[in-house]
Amino acid sequence: MIGRDILGIEDLSRSDIELILETAEQMQEIGTREVKKVPTLRGRTLINLFFEPSTRTQTSFEIAGKRLAADVVNFSVSGSSVSKRETLLDTAKTLDAMDPDLVIVRHRVAGVPHRMAEVLHAPVINAGDGAHEHPSQALLDMLTVMEQKGRIEGLTVTIVGDIAHSRVARSNIYGFSKMGAEVRVAGPPTMLPADIESLGVKAYTNLREAIDGADVVMALRIQMERLEGACFPSVREYASTFGLDRAKLRFAKEDAIVMHPGPVNRGVELAHELADHRPSVILDQVRNGVALRMALLYLVAGRRKPDRSSTGEAQTQSHDRTQENAGGGGD
Amino acid sequence: MARLLIRNGRILDPSQDLDADLDCLIEDGRIVGVDAEISQEGAEVLDAEGAWIAPGFIDVHSHLREPGQEYKEDLASGGMAAVAGGFTQLACMANTNPANDDPSVTKYILDRAEKDSPAKIRPIAAATRGLKGHVMTEMMALRDAGAVAFSDDGATIMDASVMRRVLEYSTLAAAPVIVHAEDCHLRAGGVVNEGPVATRLGLPGNPAAAEELMVARDIRLAELTGAHLHIAHVSVAGSIDLIRRAREEGVRVTAEVTPHHLTLTDEATMTFDTNTRVAPPLRSARDLEALRQALAEGVIDVMATDHAPHATYEKEVEFTEAPPGMLGLETALSVTLDLVRDGTLSPLEFVRRWSTNPARLFGFEGGTLRPGSPADLVLINPDREWTYDAAQGFSKSRNSPWSGERMTGRAAATIVDGRLVYHHERGVLIR
Repeated sequence: MIGRDILGIEDLSRSDIELILETAEQMQEIGTREVKKVPTLRGRTLINLFFEPSTRTQTSFEIAGKRLAADVVNFSVSGSSVSKRETLLDTAKTLDAMDPDLVIVRHRVAGVPHRMAEVLHAPVINAGDGAHEHPSQALLDMLTVMEQKGRIEGLTVTIVGDIAHSRVARSNIYGFSKMGAEVRVAGPPTMLPADIESLGVKAYTNLREAIDGADVVMALRIQMERLEGACFPSVREYASTFGLDRAKLRFAKEDAIVMHPGPVNRGVELAHELADHRPSVILDQVRNGVALRMALLYLVAGRRKPDRSSTGEAQTQSHDRTQENAGGGGD
Repeated sequence: MARLLIRNGRILDPSQDLDADLDCLIEDGRIVGVDAEISQEGAEVLDAEGAWIAPGFIDVHSHLREPGQEYKEDLASGGMAAVAGGFTQLACMANTNPANDDPSVTKYILDRAEKDSPAKIRPIAAATRGLKGHVMTEMMALRDAGAVAFSDDGATIMDASVMRRVLEYSTLAAAPVIVHAEDCHLRAGGVVNEGPVATRLGLPGNPAAAEELMVARDIRLAELTGAHLHIAHVSVAGSIDLIRRAREEGVRVTAEVTPHHLTLTDEATMTFDTNTRVAPPLRSARDLEALRQALAEGVIDVMATDHAPHATYEKEVEFTEAPPGMLGLETALSVTLDLVRDGTLSPLEFVRRWSTNPARLFGFEGGTLRPGSPADLVLINPDREWTYDAAQGFSKSRNSPWSGERMTGRAAATIVDGRLVYHHERGVLIR
């Protein structure tokens, strides 16, 4: 039974995932109609609370909500709570006072949706928190693999790139493992986080070995501006060592598919010729993202749930906020 | 003048290796002695009801936030929290605003403490001006004003040549230099222990090597200079090996460990509770075991709270944005009694690490019940069950991961200079 919130794949069981994927398969048909709207969530208010810009994910959730006839409101916030001098709890309580039926949260720091969920009366869907989880992305990836391969059980899935900074990697590791696939990760040692094998995957620094016999090869987006020179010496060296092209893909199964959460750095993590055509299924992922998110919204907002047992009423203190948090070093 | 006889308790005085059911007589703020069946003639009697009677606890690492951040804590609230937790003396860190890098600040703290704090306050002065790691402070003038040690604490002195001079010069003032050993470049943005938990949470990791590197560097500099180096809040197993070897080589290095590093691991961070964000971070179960062992063996000399109050709203932010630190004074005794219950420390060794050793290391009066010593005592009921509620505590802040938890063992009474300043039924009695 899916809980009130969808905060991460780590919290879901295999049967939860199967229910979500089956529901999404039913939602796919709505997107093919001339009038792409059903009244399922009519009168419900969904808030897209994005602390980090993400046009794709935000748009996908917005379209999903609108196809279910919900009122979707985008609430974008930039900067940290410290720079705005508004705590996360204040933001959460402000939104809560507007009585939304569902809040979708994206933040660049891990754990923010979890803390928001402690305060909000409405359920929360995590739309990506730092390098922690991105459950809707992993679910749409699983939906795409189901569509392409007819199964997940027994497949070999290789995730290539910046595993350390990737929420997509973590959610997919949990998801595909729970569904019975063998998950491998590959990247330069500077992009493999400490003790990654404790998550039940095999880690590789040799791309050829990592994709040997793989059914699914998933490339991750590299944050070039931030990490070039720190985690890899140059884009050129990264592309030649870990970038996927047809030559490297020969080591995977003949019918292997190539996935990417987007947007693609062409010529870096994926060769130009791989980005657009089979075996790439990138646009199928995007298409499935809408149906998958419709399923999540329906399962979370469309069903009557008991009230949150502990609403976590935050106590406010009467401290003077104008005081500067000055002084020398930290503690 | 005033005579106070404490009866019916178990005397624990590590300075005399004494663990016996005896009475303790106090007169005019000093200890007269401990003995069997002392006459109660002319004395007020305090019935210890079977509690432990120990020299008052001494915390060599607390942040009392005055001057400058009185919205988090001040010398009055910090002092009350201290005596409620069984502490009679506190050394407070220099990262106030302004920093305690000038004798005028040291004197201000001592003057305020004299008026406001039921516990004795011993200011730690900055090692460099403005805690910036460049220019050393006037250590002689600071010492004469009352500073007991020098430390930039969390603002680690990264320049080894500055650190060398600070250690060298500190020998003139004959006071220890306390270091928060952490290479801030290697730590980078790390907020949780680097390892499986950080990887699961997707939060930036802080590797054990960041601490070990600086422990190793500062040990070599202490050897070079002959200074007394005190390593604050040791958190990883690797540091312990370095300290043990240095001591065998005769380097003057001492060390402390916090209650939270002795009892919590990085698993406590799994809920993203920002009250579990501390510096250095909570470590692995293996580190925790090594720390308990090192404390039992005496490689780590003392326990210290690193009491670090922060306003609730400062902690209600992203995990990476939350200021590091948790409260400690009101929970330290109860939390660390766990080490007595599991046999890591005998009651006598427990008291030694909270009282006698800190006094000896830092040259404080106290830490003993010998005749003529200041009558600073704590009565401990090791079995009393209670529930800690940070909102009801004496500290102005509430940032404790233990709030709401059941605790076993508690200070029953605290006595400073012969005066009862805390009683568990009557609360803090301002002197």
